[in-house]
Amino acid sequence: MKQYVNQPVRKLDAMALVTGKPVYTNDLASMDCLIVKVLRSPHAHALIEDINTQAAEKVPGIVCIGTYKDVPHKRFTMAGQTAPEMSPYDRLILDKRVRYVGDAVAIVAGETEQAVDTALKRIKVKYQVLEAVLDPHEAKDGSILVHPEEDWEAKVPVGGDNKRNLCASGTEESGNVEEVLASCPHVIDAVYTTKANQQAMMEPFSTYCYKDYFGRLCVVDSTQIPFHVRRILGTALDIPSSKIRVIKPRIGGGFGAKQTLVSEVYPAWVTWKTGRPSKMIYSRYESQICSTPRHAMEIRVRMGADENGIVRAIDLYTLSNTGAYGEHGPTTVGLSGHKSIALYRHLDAYRFSYDVVYTNRMSAGAYRGYGATQGIFAVECAADELAHQMGMDPLRIRELNMPLQGQPLHAYGDVDIAESCTMDKCLARAKEMIGWNEKYPRKDMGNGKVRGIGAAMAMQGSSIARVDVGSANLKLNEDASYTLNIGCADMGTGCDTILAQMAADCLGTPLENIVVFGVDTDISPYDSGSYASATTYTTGNAVVRACEAMSEAIRRLGAEMLEVDFEATFFDGAYVTSGSQKISLEEIALKGCCGNCRELNVTRTFSSQISPPPFMVGIAEVEVDTETGSVEVLDYAAVVDCGTPVNPNLARVQTEGGIAQGIGMALFEEIRYNDKGQMLNNSFMQYKIPSRMDIGRVRVEFAPSYEPSGPFGAKSIGELVIDTPCPAIANAIYNAVGIRIRELPITPEKIAMGILEKKRKSR
Amino acid sequence: MRTEFILNGKKVQAEIEPDILLLDLLRRLGCLSVKRGCETANCGLCTVLMEDKPVLSCSILAARAEGKRIVTMEGMQREAEEFGAFLSDEGAEQCGFCNPGFIMNVFAMLKELDDPSDEEIKEYLAGNLCRCSGFVGQSRSIRKFLSYKKDKEAGI
Repeated sequence: MKQYVNQPVRKLDAMALVTGKPVYTNDLASMDCLIVKVLRSPHAHALIEDINTQAAEKVPGIVCIGTYKDVPHKRFTMAGQTAPEMSPYDRLILDKRVRYVGDAVAIVAGETEQAVDTALKRIKVKYQVLEAVLDPHEAKDGSILVHPEEDWEAKVPVGGDNKRNLCASGTEESGNVEEVLASCPHVIDAVYTTKANQQAMMEPFSTYCYKDYFGRLCVVDSTQIPFHVRRILGTALDIPSSKIRVIKPRIGGGFGAKQTLVSEVYPAWVTWKTGRPSKMIYSRYESQICSTPRHAMEIRVRMGADENGIVRAIDLYTLSNTGAYGEHGPTTVGLSGHKSIALYRHLDAYRFSYDVVYTNRMSAGAYRGYGATQGIFAVECAADELAHQMGMDPLRIRELNMPLQGQPLHAYGDVDIAESCTMDKCLARAKEMIGWNEKYPRKDMGNGKVRGIGAAMAMQGSSIARVDVGSANLKLNEDASYTLNIGCADMGTGCDTILAQMAADCLGTPLENIVVFGVDTDISPYDSGSYASATTYTTGNAVVRACEAMSEAIRRLGAEMLEVDFEATFFDGAYVTSGSQKISLEEIALKGCCGNCRELNVTRTFSSQISPPPFMVGIAEVEVDTETGSVEVLDYAAVVDCGTPVNPNLARVQTEGGIAQGIGMALFEEIRYNDKGQMLNNSFMQYKIPSRMDIGRVRVEFAPSYEPSGPFGAKSIGELVIDTPCPAIANAIYNAVGIRIRELPITPEKIAMGILEKKRKSR
Repeated sequence: MRTEFILNGKKVQAEIEPDILLLDLLRRLGCLSVKRGCETANCGLCTVLMEDKPVLSCSILAARAEGKRIVTMEGMQREAEEFGAFLSDEGAEQCGFCNPGFIMNVFAMLKELDDPSDEEIKEYLAGNLCRCSGFVGQSRSIRKFLSYKKDKEAGI
């Protein structure tokens, strides 16, 4: 029988995508949809004193306009998380107080885009402009409150306090950090800064709504979290969620952006109110200024080692800027410590403390890596600084301290020891691929350009332990094909395909014999959604269990048809056999539809007690122009332990794509604001994401471990792969020109100024 | 105003507003492969062929198509399947949203450049953004497609 797991199978939906079929939200929206747009605040902080929509309502074609007076007065969060959400309930659909430039002021729906655009200009708003808090350092216990309201609510205690501008705060520690650091002969104490970045998936936020024949609200949505959208819309509109159906079509990329509601509430409100179909398709401008970028973080790392290079203590403090609202604020910050401290296995003590503050900037959200990217940048740069202080090869300090299979993962929390880990192999192979011993630390090219290499380790999780739920429903059809119905959202990465690969192998059937369906909240089994690197691991485990149950159901019916004992039967994918007797799957499937009382339809649900981390090592070779400070990433060697790569092609492309995004974050991506809090780079012209000219050679290999708790030994890959470029490139630049840039992005200006400064000092 | 042009080999007439962009007209006419990823001519998702040359349909008034031959992916299904097989055999189609614009530009490149080098390919396609793949798999698929075409032409 042909095996599919660990094979480079083509994605099941590939041909529809490469031939441009109309499979995305805006392609599916009916032609008679009302166009929905939102009037946005020009102020970073203001109260709406008066809002007059009379003139706007008179514009021909305008159907409905909503202000804060028209929406339910019940706070909620737009973060797509399992309830009770860790993110505070700090939002209304429309609020009298606006908290950032771009915050929603009014909803306008009309028959044409032109009518809506005209109406938006005719709404008269009188603002009481308030002083804004834009600097995260001034937020905590400052005089300006972003959320002074009395009905702000934290559903889960996470150390938040709206009267202190705190979305969350806390400290976790083990051992006496101060004592251990004091005893270390080598200590690094440095602050690293990461900036807000846009996920910049190619398909902007898109939602299309209509009412069905039962008067229910149907939402076709470009989302990673169909079931959370269903619940959150119910809360936001103050209607039972049973009135809402969410359908996920093909998605044009997510990267975490679509793990938060962005465009959904506005057309949902319009369709619920008017009964007419409506759609909201964000422009790129809106996707840039009012969405859910990465949390900007400032991370202070104190890291101490003994004379042999054994890292004995890490003290890490993160100041995270969640912006105007708290979506994913309390949870992203956790990963900045949990996934970075755990990279060093000999710790006698660690401390991880954090504050997540509100400011009058765009609300942050989930972006691939989810805090780990920020924390790993800090710790992996600090490790290099520590090695340099000791005169040690930076790879050596990692070889001495890295996570190893069967060894502890301090501060991680969701497994005590690494059951599956080939970090040592990843490092050895990446070192060989790049030619570390020949190239470290630098090579002067003699033309003003210097090449350097730098490395970083990374780890992530595979699902949120004890929280995430994945389900798979499997039915045997009359024609002996199977339908695999899943609730996790394929956003282009290919989970529909890799879950079908698993099912095909479990059931011993050709891949073509499996029909995959997902996602419709009326039909699909519950799944918390595609985030937290959960799908392969969590829903994969549910698929394996559903297949086991299906095989058993087939055997039971087969045994009955053969009139033999169930225990004596065997199912090979084509026949149920018992001794010399056998009956085909086709006959069993037919029997299932004639005079049958046995279900050939099973559902299995899975949630994990642990979150086994995938690991990787990335090594960058850069070329720095010492005259201009410009950097080119010439080569990137990456070796990944994601357990069994279920589909090596898709795993490789995930890695290449994650590295490209990481290069963007390392070298040029940064959301910038002026002193009024207006975002400056609000288009792709100003916010540059990497093009193919910016990506040099990228080489990806796998060093598979076998994760005993994973389906077919698999762990996750989606987020891990964005974590190494920032520190690896920063370290490579240091090795090339001796300039340590601790603030992302590492622009030519920063390097050139650093080189000048260094020259000035040496004079 | 009224306009007339050749869309995917067929003459079409449309009543248009003077300021409508070609992108919006094409979508209105059912060519939903044409995508909008930005409004600033940076992403390449809306690439279509006008008189065999790649153009960004977000930056051209529909009125400028008057009398011209416009081809979208709806008019090149067979070719898209042929090249798309190589793209998807790398797993590099990913979310697919950038695929039509990217592939239309690949077709334009193949027409314009004879046996392009890796550098020439990168430069020609520099305006086609993709956030999923990191471009590496796209490059692999183009190289493999080029050698397949060569073999095909040589009758191998």
